[in-house]
Amino acid sequence: MERIPLAAQTPQVLQEIIDDFQEMYEPERLELLLEFSDNLPEPPERYAGHEDAMEQVVECQTPLFLALEYSEADDPEVTVVISAPPEAPTTRGFAGVILEGLSGQRASTILAVPDDIPNKLGLASALTPLRLNGMSALLGRIKRNITEHLAHEHAR
Amino acid sequence: MSSHIPVESWDYAHPEKLVSTQWVAEHKSNPNVVVLESNEDTLLYSTGHIPGAVKIDWHTELNDPVTRDFIGPEAFAKMAGSKGITRETTVIFYGDKSNWWAAYALWVFTLYGHPDVRLINGGRDKWIAEGREVTRDVPQVTEVDYPVVERDDVTERADKSDVLENLGALPLIDVRSPAEYTGETTHMAGYPQEGTLRGGHIPTAESVPWATAANEDGTFKSRQELTKLYAEDAGLGKSDNVIAYCRIGERSAHTWFVLRYLLGYESVRNYDGSWTEWGNSVGVPIVVGAEPGQAPK
Repeated sequence: MERIPLAAQTPQVLQEIIDDFQEMYEPERLELLLEFSDNLPEPPERYAGHEDAMEQVVECQTPLFLALEYSEADDPEVTVVISAPPEAPTTRGFAGVILEGLSGQRASTILAVPDDIPNKLGLASALTPLRLNGMSALLGRIKRNITEHLAHEHAR
Repeated sequence: MSSHIPVESWDYAHPEKLVSTQWVAEHKSNPNVVVLESNEDTLLYSTGHIPGAVKIDWHTELNDPVTRDFIGPEAFAKMAGSKGITRETTVIFYGDKSNWWAAYALWVFTLYGHPDVRLINGGRDKWIAEGREVTRDVPQVTEVDYPVVERDDVTERADKSDVLENLGALPLIDVRSPAEYTGETTHMAGYPQEGTLRGGHIPTAESVPWATAANEDGTFKSRQELTKLYAEDAGLGKSDNVIAYCRIGERSAHTWFVLRYLLGYESVRNYDGSWTEWGNSVGVPIVVGAEPGQAPK
């Protein structure tokens, strides 16, 4: 299978989210981010109380827990699970964008997502660089987790 | 002046600078009071806030968008006026993270000499923990005139040269976590690396992490406890001209508030350049490890 994508490409769902952000004025972009925060689904029941089994994204300003689930395939479907507390709405908002934009996609599709996605939401002047770094870090963790999973599966 | 707004009785040096959540519940609708919420997470206000409270964003509204500095006098006047604040308004600050950013915003208002600024003891978390009302409704604010006032960067604020020239002569308080102080790490646990090139602390600085001044519910410790922490343990005694610093000046604004208003030190300055400036500066002395170290000869 193709391990290293030749060109960065944004999946359509994620591109539509980016377009939604881009079409708005800046204050409205924050409102949209808040909607993503409000609508971030709770992790499935089986993760309740097992957040230590999830990966902590330390780069985010608030503790954020991440888990990835894979289907049985050479290029598996990746389900993204994220848990973030309600007192961290910005972090939750980013998590919501990532979840809606990437969860359920194929591993190769996610690996091809450009690393500068957080900068494309048009929030650079509304949020501190630290926050945007947090979202980049989340995407980076997801990609690294996928790469490790594929390497592990390949070695079996 | 707004002396008609009642002062709560506290056992601190400047009781007029602190209010309880109960006080806020009783006085927040007073037309001469404006409540400002200042959070680290800029979206938090939108998820629910004290009814009538106005949002202030430390990142976009208090900092200059280009230069690393605070906004200038005209911009400050416009910002304050847009929040319904006149020079006579009693401005009440509160926020998340035990009031770091609230203390920071209050400190910036102090640089502009705003006469009546107060902090809610316990901040946002305490208000919510007490089950008090929160709302997502954003109040309609009528813009008012705020005078253009020069910022005083000397009395409550220190810059790098103030620190460098007074090394060994003035007491320094480093309010970061112990691991940041020793140089083991250059950022807070759970926070991203901010690109500081060197770890450690400014020579002679005593380590008193900001959180030691706070109770678990985010309220301030008693005056007696604070006196022991700062005057005795950190050796400040009755000394004056204290300078506090952290990473970018937000946690040290919290300590500045404690020293200045709760303990009543006459001169306390917040060095807002803090470690993100010092730890990146070429040629400045740095000490690593748990000891304060000596000022260079």
